[in-house]
Amino acid sequence: MNRVSNALLNLRQMDDLACKDTPIHRIHPLAKIVVTLAFLVTVVSFGKYDISGLLGLVFFPVILMALSELPGKVMLKRLLVLEPIVVGIGLFSPFFDPREMIFFGLTISAGWATFLSILIKGTLTISAGLLLIATTGIDRVAEGLRMLKIPKILVLQILLTYRYILVLIEELSRMTRAYFLRAPSDHGIRRDAWGSFAGQLLLRTYDRAQRIYISMSLRGFTGEYHCGKNRPMRGGDWVYLLGWCGFFALARWMPLAQLLSLGLKGVMNP
Amino acid sequence: MSHHRVEMRKVSYIYPDGTTGISDVSMLLRHGESVGIIGANGAGKSTLLMLLLGILFPAAGEVLVGDVHVTPKTVSSIRQRVGLVMQQADDQLFMTTVYDDVAFGPRNEGLNEQEVAEKVKAALETVGLAHLGGRAPYKLSGGEKKSASIATVLAMEPDVLLMDEPTAGLDPQARRRLIRLLNRFTHTKIITSHDLDMIMDTCDRVLVLKDGELVGDGAPLALLSNSTQMEEWGLELPLSLMNCPNCGAQKK
Amino acid sequence: MHMADALLSPTVGGAMMVVTIGVAAYSIKKIQKNPDPDESKVPLMGVMGAFVFAAQMINFSIPGTGSSGHLGGGLLLSILLGPCAGFLTMASVLLIQALFFGDGGLLAYGANVFNMGFVACFIAYPLIYKPFVRKGITPKRILVGSILAAVIGLQLGSFSVVLETLISGKTQLPFGTFVLFMQPIHLAIGLVEGFVTAAVVGYVWKARPELMDYPGKVAGTSSVSMKRVLLVLVVCVVMMGTALSLLASSSPDGLEWSIGHVTGGGSLMSGGAIYDFFARLQQKIALFPDYQFKSGDSPGGTSFSGVAGGLLTLILAGGIAVAIRGFSRKKKGSQLK
Repeated sequence: MNRVSNALLNLRQMDDLACKDTPIHRIHPLAKIVVTLAFLVTVVSFGKYDISGLLGLVFFPVILMALSELPGKVMLKRLLVLEPIVVGIGLFSPFFDPREMIFFGLTISAGWATFLSILIKGTLTISAGLLLIATTGIDRVAEGLRMLKIPKILVLQILLTYRYILVLIEELSRMTRAYFLRAPSDHGIRRDAWGSFAGQLLLRTYDRAQRIYISMSLRGFTGEYHCGKNRPMRGGDWVYLLGWCGFFALARWMPLAQLLSLGLKGVMNP
Repeated sequence: MSHHRVEMRKVSYIYPDGTTGISDVSMLLRHGESVGIIGANGAGKSTLLMLLLGILFPAAGEVLVGDVHVTPKTVSSIRQRVGLVMQQADDQLFMTTVYDDVAFGPRNEGLNEQEVAEKVKAALETVGLAHLGGRAPYKLSGGEKKSASIATVLAMEPDVLLMDEPTAGLDPQARRRLIRLLNRFTHTKIITSHDLDMIMDTCDRVLVLKDGELVGDGAPLALLSNSTQMEEWGLELPLSLMNCPNCGAQKK
Repeated sequence: MHMADALLSPTVGGAMMVVTIGVAAYSIKKIQKNPDPDESKVPLMGVMGAFVFAAQMINFSIPGTGSSGHLGGGLLLSILLGPCAGFLTMASVLLIQALFFGDGGLLAYGANVFNMGFVACFIAYPLIYKPFVRKGITPKRILVGSILAAVIGLQLGSFSVVLETLISGKTQLPFGTFVLFMQPIHLAIGLVEGFVTAAVVGYVWKARPELMDYPGKVAGTSSVSMKRVLLVLVVCVVMMGTALSLLASSSPDGLEWSIGHVTGGGSLMSGGAIYDFFARLQQKIALFPDYQFKSGDSPGGTSFSGVAGGLLTLILAGGIAVAIRGFSRKKKGSQLK
């Protein structure tokens, strides 16, 4: 099944990418989480006709990608999968707002401006999320969440979900293969097998949860999640945090893209 | 050294649906003994282990670990001294890295991170996985997973080690490594298994369960070489005691 | 139904995050109050989250058509684990989806948890499914209950998406078109979810009926939980109202324009009295009284106050969440006496 193998590939890929050792990977997860959120807030705070302002923010994902050695192909593939939904909604815009705007010297309809704005916002926000996980990994993200005062028990639950997704998906693959070997002409699980197919997996999941609970109690678990110490934020982490937030504020106030193009014009026509 | 003794006095257990788990089992295991528990499927081997750990409580009789009765109140202190290596390593490796899994027990004991790190290091070195601390469990092979789950138990430094079907699913070399590892342990060991050859290689005493009853208790070679009795018990001769497949000559 | 960041504004994202944090805090407190050992819930919730992930990959082929449907999981989770545990499990599933798969943005996380978690676990389950099986569990009651709960739950959820997108004002999509687009699709999705949920619940009930009684599901607490549900609902309405009023005067173009388009010219708020009131209120409490939407002449969009508004909302969010926790703690304290 395509979705299953895609999901497995995704998780393993992200896991492998997160294991790399680059300057970005070494930054404290809390700093990365805060910077990502600040970036997202800045991006979506732009109005629906604003494009040049948005462009100034492109520096963030681009620089990060370069520093973290994230292969461009990975990013592109993910964007191609996730953008269509955003694009779909954005595509309605040109039809509903035919008012005209001046944009970089061209006259286009406001609707198209909105569409472009949504497209750019989508690209920026999706890349930011991807970059966060590709440079941090689930364990560091969990550490960041704990420092954000999210209850430790909840963080443990998230870790358990992550840990067992692969196990359960592999179980599902086996069940699916067994099913389709005996029902090769079916395109999906048949109506009269819906309950038992998913139900079997569910019951096995329950039993597994029981065994895991026993395993945890045998090793002293009584409801409190004791994890290691959280790493403190160091100088470099603060520089990262404040530096990027400062840049976002700058990009929000000043139309950086326009300044750049003016500057370029000035250089070329002294 | 009485705190390494494990004792059952006329213990019976009945499952909620009415089937008998164990009936009237009595046994005494001494410090440092290596005991194999064998029997057909459903004979009650896993039930026995669960009674020793206070996961199940007997309907009749008493279970004592180190001369302490196993009751809901004493369960947590008993579990600090008795470790169980489960059949499925995936059930025991529930954290996202091997290090965190092995550290789980010591951290729950309230040790500081330095002490935890020392125990994790020692446990991983014992099972030969010192270099795999940062690995995610799903990236390990079957043998490595089994070793990792043993490490999670060793880190708690138990006096008694229980193992449920430890060689199940291991390839021949991983199995051999596990047998060597077990022979290095000086803990009191209780091992349930269908792998009769492994039992012969690691245990100095064998208990046989049939339909919840204890039907055999003695030295491995004596018990396991009696083919008629083994068949009666729903078992078979260990492979290493069978006749030569080529010429049919008997083992001496 | 996962919302993307690009369609939200900081204020709406922040407001929904507040709501989600509040409900999550409430759920945790509720679970911890439970008489049964709560530490066994952690592995159960964790692994059930993984199950939902896996179950969402199953292609349930729909008889008669050539297509297949998928399970969302919120309703199933709350039937098997109870509303609070079900909600928290959905929240972790959605977090991993947002982080690792980009299904749903990080700013939109609060909104997504609300649309897909809160609606299913705290509205569809207790208010629709439970009354159906209160008199006793039969296959027919499971089926009707599940279908109604799933359909209505998904309709509410997708309608929330419409509202959230509209209030954010980042798209030109008019209300009418959006609704006509979202609701019928989610009607079909809801039907599939209802049928599949019923099939699975029916199977579990026949095979292991003891699993249907999750801890805490004690007779007699239903009236208490109804009160709690209503309390949470009221809080949510207040939150959303605040967000709505904060934005009512800031995006007259987007909201009013599309409403005008739908109603054929007139403004929704007749006479403009309410509109003026909110405008004055917003002027009074807003730190940036000149927060105004600039029309399409200038290249700039919303001003700096947009960002500050978002950040302020998040700070407000933290404060409200703390207040909610303090409130529920006080309530717990008074109940113990």
